[in-house]
Parts: sequence; structure tokens; C-alpha cells
Amino acid sequence: MKIIISNVSDEPIYQQIKDQIKDAIFKKDLNEGDLLPSIRKLANDLRVSVLTTRRVYEELESEGFVIRKAGKGTFVASENLELLRESKMHMVEVKITDAWETACSFGITKEEFYSMIDLLINEEEEHE
Amino acid sequence: MNNILNVQGLRKSFGNFKLQDVSFSLKEGCITGFIGANGAGKTTTIKSILGLILKDAGSVKLFGKEISTNEREIKNRIGIVLDNGYFYNDMTLIEMKSIIASAYSNWDEKIFLKYIEKFNLPLKQKISNLSKGMRMKYSIALALSHKADLLIMDEPTSGLDPLIRTEIMDILLEFMEKEGKSIFFSSHITSDLDKISDVLILIDDGRIVFNKEKDKLLDTHGLIKGDNALLNNDTKKLFLKLHETEYGFEGLTNNKEAVREQMKDVLIEKPTIENIMLGYIGGENYGF
Repeated sequence: MKIIISNVSDEPIYQQIKDQIKDAIFKKDLNEGDLLPSIRKLANDLRVSVLTTRRVYEELESEGFVIRKAGKGTFVASENLELLRESKMHMVEVKITDAWETACSFGITKEEFYSMIDLLINEEEEHE
Repeated sequence: MNNILNVQGLRKSFGNFKLQDVSFSLKEGCITGFIGANGAGKTTTIKSILGLILKDAGSVKLFGKEISTNEREIKNRIGIVLDNGYFYNDMTLIEMKSIIASAYSNWDEKIFLKYIEKFNLPLKQKISNLSKGMRMKYSIALALSHKADLLIMDEPTSGLDPLIRTEIMDILLEFMEKEGKSIFFSSHITSDLDKISDVLILIDDGRIVFNKEKDKLLDTHGLIKGDNALLNNDTKKLFLKLHETEYGFEGLTNNKEAVREQMKDVLIEKPTIENIMLGYIGGENYGF
């Protein structure tokens, strides 16, 4: 698993770590049942606070990505395809919302926005 | 997370210095850095916690118990490293060890010898022959050899070169890998705390200024640079300290989000622990 913490990013440290662990699960660098490092080990290796790594694991657990077993450690949860897909869709939705807000602030109409998306997708497809 | 140390309303005055209602607690499993300028009250606080000096008022509970009534039990569970070591310089390392070992009911000679070997310490030499770095490693070996749960250290890295400081930081991190261990250490070398601490407590002029998670401090504070035209009475309030020159301004904020919303086109950089510490202490005329 690769985790890089950026000092110039606007994202809080815990968010950066959490997103990269999720990414590793999406990309299958981490598989169902894999043991994650202890919160102290991860904190030491990344040189962040143990309270940050604890928060990362707590949130990943509540979102269903990992399971914490008392005295044994934290494991990648069994694959929940629906959850993964939902989570990916959500990421896309966030980006589209972002783009739409920008479009609104420039006075671009809904029709123009749709045609921009169509155009971009068509271009993409032609390249492939 | 359990609190392993609770300090409430601690007061101590001598001369014109006083600790003023110092209150804080330490969480189990964390490395807590205790920062502040020289003379801010770090050593006085630590000595009061350990009962090495008499406090004027307040309560100190370690592992939920008063130290004055449970001294032996509590001291068995803490490892102490003080600035000057309080060793007899004419003794050899092994002689001094015997005195200290006899004070603890759970002393483990095997652990001690393991550290001696690891740190390459000459057991038969006199303590006065040790270099500053070796002396500190010897102190740490002594403090870690009775299976303490809490390590309390006063300026363990001051006066040491960066290589030895890094080595000591790694020893501390290794100690923390076992469950249920905690460290409380004072330092004015903020780069050491940048590397290993989980929580930071800042003391200034005998008062606690903040007690916060390190990563949250780093996430919420920002070094801001930009054009003076962006400064007005409202935006100025966002800064702990601010320097204006004819070329632009540079300031430290504890509310990066508000700066991002209210001031467009500024440069937002991540501060160091040193920047943050200096943002809270010293007057307007000091830098950060």
C-alpha cells in the first residue's frame, strides 16, 4: 500500500490517509481479509499522530471498508460491491457538482453544460 | 482513551515565577509534547507532578491515584528522565544502576542489559566519562528497565546533535509500539516534536496556552502571505501574529478556513510546530 502525505495539500491529514487507503482497496492493492498495520505502526511510519490514524480507522470502519477486531487488529472488510460502487459514484457526483457550480458562477446554462459534457465524452471515446 | 495523568489547578510560586492553575490530562497511548520557552514552567510542572518539589495547591493523579498516598506503586509504573540525570559522577555505570534498580520492585536486568548492548554503553566506566549523548542514552536505559507504562522526560534531547536526537526519537517510538504505553516529554526543540508527538501542550509564563492534537494544529493553522490591500480590520482579526512590509504581509492564522473564504489570492503554507508555538508566545514584536 502506498500512502503519501502532502504538505501543500488543502486536505486535512486524516482525509489524505483515509482516501489513499480507500483507493488501495478500490484498486485491489489491499484485498479482503488483509491485516492493516496497527494505529501506532501506521502513525510511526507516516510520522503523524496516533490520534489521526485512529480516526482514519474509525471512519473507515463506520463506512464499512474495514473491520476492527479487539486484540487482533484491523482488517479489510469483505468486499461489498454495492458499497464500493456507491462510493465511487459519490466521488463522481462530487466532481460533477463542483463543475456545475463553477458553470453557474460563469453564467453557463444547463443546455450548454450538457453539451459540454457530451462533447468531452465523445472526444474521449474517439481517442480510445 | 483513558487518562493516565490528570493535573488540576496546579500552583507553585517561587521568586517572581508562578505556575498559575495549570490543568491538563494525558491520554493513554499517546506521545505528548510539552513545549514552551525557557523559564515558561515546564520543569517546575514536571517536578511538581513527580512530587520532587512541593506544590502550593492543586491535585496530580497518575493512573487515577494521588502520588502522595501511592508513591511506591505509581513510581514503579513510571520511568523518569531528568535533564541533568542526578547521577553520582564518580560511580561506574553498573554501580549507579544497582542503586536505581533497588528502588523498583519490577526491575528487569535482562531488559537493562539489552539496552546497554544496543546503545553501546561501557558499563565499567565512570559516569563522568560519558559524553552528553551517552549519558542521555544511559538515563533512558535506566528509565526503560522496569517495565514502566509512562515515560516522563524533561528535555531529553537538548544539547544533543541531530543524529543522536533522531536515534532517541526512534527508541521512543519503539517503546510506544507496545500497547498501553505513553510518553510525556518537554522540549524546546520543536522539530523533535514535529516528528513524533501525538498531542502538544504549550505552556507560557506558568499558564497552559493550548492542549491539542498535533495534526489538528497543523491542519487548522496556516502561514499566510499576500498583498497588504487584503488587510482590513476584519481580516486582521484572523491572525495570531502579522507582519506587514511595503512588499506584502506574512501572518500566522489559527483559522485557515476563514482565511480561505475571506481573503482571495493569498498564499497558504503549512506552518511548523515552531511557527505555531511562536504565534502564541512573545509579544507583537517577536517573529514566528
